[in-house]
Amino acid sequence: MSRSIVPEAISRQPWQMLIPLCGLVCLGAAVLYSAAGGGLQPYALSHVVRFCVFLVMAIMISHTTRNLFRLAAYPVYGGIVVLLVLVELIGAVGGGSQRWLNLGVMTLQPSELMKPAIVLVLARFYETLPHAMTASWRGLVPAGVLIGVPALFVMIQPDLGTALAICFGGVVTMFLAGLPLWWFVSAAGALMVIAPLAFFTLLHDYQRNRVLVFLDPESDPLGTGYHITQSKIAIGSGGIFGKGFGNGTQSHLQYLPEPHTDFVFATMSEEWGLMGGLFVLAVFAIVLGWGMGVARRAPDRFSSLLAAGATATMFFYVMINLMMVMGLAPVVGIPLPFMSHGGTSMLTNMICLGTIMAVNRWNQGRGSLR
Amino acid sequence: MKIDFRRWIRQPHVSAGTLRNSFDRRSVVIGAIQGGIGVLLASRMTYLSVFENEKYKLEAESNRVNLSLVPPRRGWLLDRHGQPLASNRADFRVDVIPEQMKDADRTIAELGKLLSLSPIDLQDLQDKIDKAHGFAPVEVATGLDLERFSAVSVRLPDMPGVVTQRGFSRFYPTGPSVGHLIGYVGAASAEEYEKDHDPVLITPGYKVGKDALEKIFEKELRGKPGARRVEVTASGRIVRNLDTREDVPGQTIKLTVDAGIQDYAARRIGPESAAVVVMDCRNGDVLAMASMPSYDPNSFSDGIGRLEWKMLSDDDHVPLRNKVLRGLYPPGSTVKPMVALSFMEAGLDPDESVFCGGGLRVGNRVFHCWQRRGHGSVNMAKGIYQSCDVYFYHFAQRIGMDPIAAMAGRLGLGHEFELPVVGQSYGTVPNPAWKLKKYGKEWQTFDTVNATIGQGYFLVNPLQQAVQASRLASGRIIMPRLIHGRDDKPAPSLGVPAEHLAYIHQAMSDVANGPGSAPHARLPFPDIKLAGKTGTAQVVGLNIGNGKGGQWKHRDHGHFICFAPAENPIYACSVVVEHGGGSGAAYPIARDVLTYVFDKQKGMDILTELEKNWGGTPQERLDARYRAYSAQYGVGAPAVSPDAVQQAETVPEPRQPIVSDAQSPAPEPDAAANAPAGTASPVAPVTPGNSGGNPQ
Repeated sequence: MSRSIVPEAISRQPWQMLIPLCGLVCLGAAVLYSAAGGGLQPYALSHVVRFCVFLVMAIMISHTTRNLFRLAAYPVYGGIVVLLVLVELIGAVGGGSQRWLNLGVMTLQPSELMKPAIVLVLARFYETLPHAMTASWRGLVPAGVLIGVPALFVMIQPDLGTALAICFGGVVTMFLAGLPLWWFVSAAGALMVIAPLAFFTLLHDYQRNRVLVFLDPESDPLGTGYHITQSKIAIGSGGIFGKGFGNGTQSHLQYLPEPHTDFVFATMSEEWGLMGGLFVLAVFAIVLGWGMGVARRAPDRFSSLLAAGATATMFFYVMINLMMVMGLAPVVGIPLPFMSHGGTSMLTNMICLGTIMAVNRWNQGRGSLR
Repeated sequence: MKIDFRRWIRQPHVSAGTLRNSFDRRSVVIGAIQGGIGVLLASRMTYLSVFENEKYKLEAESNRVNLSLVPPRRGWLLDRHGQPLASNRADFRVDVIPEQMKDADRTIAELGKLLSLSPIDLQDLQDKIDKAHGFAPVEVATGLDLERFSAVSVRLPDMPGVVTQRGFSRFYPTGPSVGHLIGYVGAASAEEYEKDHDPVLITPGYKVGKDALEKIFEKELRGKPGARRVEVTASGRIVRNLDTREDVPGQTIKLTVDAGIQDYAARRIGPESAAVVVMDCRNGDVLAMASMPSYDPNSFSDGIGRLEWKMLSDDDHVPLRNKVLRGLYPPGSTVKPMVALSFMEAGLDPDESVFCGGGLRVGNRVFHCWQRRGHGSVNMAKGIYQSCDVYFYHFAQRIGMDPIAAMAGRLGLGHEFELPVVGQSYGTVPNPAWKLKKYGKEWQTFDTVNATIGQGYFLVNPLQQAVQASRLASGRIIMPRLIHGRDDKPAPSLGVPAEHLAYIHQAMSDVANGPGSAPHARLPFPDIKLAGKTGTAQVVGLNIGNGKGGQWKHRDHGHFICFAPAENPIYACSVVVEHGGGSGAAYPIARDVLTYVFDKQKGMDILTELEKNWGGTPQERLDARYRAYSAQYGVGAPAVSPDAVQQAETVPEPRQPIVSDAQSPAPEPDAAANAPAGTASPVAPVTPGNSGGNPQ
């Protein structure tokens, strides 16, 4: 039996999702290689190394038992909220806004960790909530507080993109938890009333400006609209098959801002064309589709909400980033999972991935670990 | 209400089963939304990269590639021997394009520091930027050394709107000497760009001709711009050259002018306000056409600064007017050979004499001869070489004005010539019909009498006088020309009998070489004789000044026309010295210029000696004056209005009041010759007070 465990452990990994994902990461590494002017340093190598490290971490997460997840939910959530407060305090003391904690070895952005944590804590909350109360205020208010507190702290950092991501993951989890539909409909209605008000009162000038420029990028071709315009030029000029590896002029001549982080998709499209873009979309479809499938196959309420919420969080990254680079959304600093260079976003996404893989394992070993 | 409320509370029946059901349904919805957004993204991407591919390809290309025009090298202007009068020299330059500057004040301050510009330079630069249209480049500095050029070049990314360039700039080797002849170049004005939408006009470093030959031959001199395509980064750094198309330099234009004579003539004028024309009287080639004082076309090509403008407009010697073409003067006695020729043609025997007792009564007025003591018995030759006025008073009344005016016209007076110049004032050859038309008054006898001594309504320009001298010398209808090698067929004859001409030639030769009015005009060569005629034209009546001293503005104009060698004429020359105090100021210039023409070394020796007293060459004097001005006024000079320069160049013709009286002729220089001290050094300026250039 012990002999057959190793091959079985390998064979039980969700290869139908992992292989395309590795392909995506390799494409990401190739794009980063090109964006660095044809060098492994400083982006491509660390990108691959990080992926490998975090993949190991994800597999370790996937081996965690469901009970550990359940036990850890509130402490993890509470710990991250404390970290968020700490960031605020340090920022206030140091003067100016701060989003990360310097741990010496690496900088930690607690707001990123909150994205999977919010899904986890809500899944736990709805699991323990008596079914009958789901449709009552007791199903809504505590969840609302659980989402609202971290979102507020992140908002005042200020980091609108991450705050929205937290809310999105939380709301999707609540939606799937079975809260009455009309709550969501009326909330959406209220939002449509509040949004214009918030636009003129709550947002910072630069954020308001970004939205305005998004609505009309040509109004400011050399300022904020520059990002959107140049990104569209990069994608559009790539054509069907791209300009060829290493031949992207928009990125190499620095017309494209942030060619290795937020706008990595534009960098990729310029050199790989529509085919590269469709490949990326296909891989995301496979990964996210697999995630939703895992959630649907999950035997209990906690695991299904957990898997679905984690998938939604990853989806939010992909959606906002791609819409931004294609000129369908305002410029928000959200990277593209598995392709953009950057440790924190990779960490968040791999935690989400590991969580879904854990649920997948629970599905396979149905009953045995219960 | 209550029922409603209860129903809302009680209605949902929630259990594990319903929740599971709703999860399944809702996860399908979420999945569908995700899929929908995926499809949306895919189609958006397809739209961008397939349907809008062409547009974005073009935009990426226009991002990447920067096309810049390379201004063509302007065609050279050469003298008759191939020596450049206007050439190009390679230089390093810096321009700014006002429209593209982000923070103009800071950029200019920074440039001022890097290029070490003086406050005056900065003020002029600011003036130019204020005047410029945004898209047109404004020159900051040219002729930079490599060090300062690279200091600016490396900071280009921080200073948008600044352009550095290695190019060519116009260079006039003899500076002020050719100012009026060649003109100057400058950045194209907005009007010029509107007229001619050639994009090269707004290329940094490109200059168009602004005056004289540079302006007339603009099209020929321009050439075709080259182009350079470079790959640039977003910050404007050049990554590599893609390709370069060489410019096609403009045509070279060869002039009839002799650079040496032109420069010598301009320099020999010294501090006077004067014009000199030298022509080849065999074919009409203009060898020199100098008007001084002048401006330095080299320093004009970067725009006319406030101080420069103040300096030029303060000068009562009108340095901006080309006196050769735009200056009109009563010709004085220089018309006498012409008048004598008309007498002979009208049948007058040249030996017929008249007694000159110092004056002649015409009607109820007495017309004086310049020589109040009288010349005694005077025939035609003596009338010319002694410049006796009474001889001409007497016979002009017999012959009448019309033959005289006709002869004046045949010899070129009152004519406009076909020359590539921006403007000629052609003056007046008065005759009865003209006076009736202009003033509605009958021609009077005293009008004829005044005209025969080149006074009254008579007005000519120095070029006409040179043409007159050429035609007198050759007996042909010589037309002046500036472009070398065109139309070389011999000029048609004037139709004046050869013996008449020979008689006039002899009389004119006697002016300098015999018992004439200008013995010091003799050339310093034993075998080359000069034939000439002096002239002194009154500017104001004797009641205001005697024409010799006093206010500079009131002094007589000095004239001299001549040709040499007297027996076989090759060169003709005319000199006008404005307010020179008489012909004594004019003939030494003509003599020295012709000395130079025949013997360059001898001529230069004389000039070197003179320039020691004058304070150097015209260029050196101009520079010294500029330094004095900059010390005195600094940045306090008023701004230059855009069309002030054009106006200054086209000063209106002098007023012609109705002459209703006898005009007393001014004394001819042999009177002065009697005073040994005054003429011991024949080349000394006639009025010592004038040598400083500023009589006040």
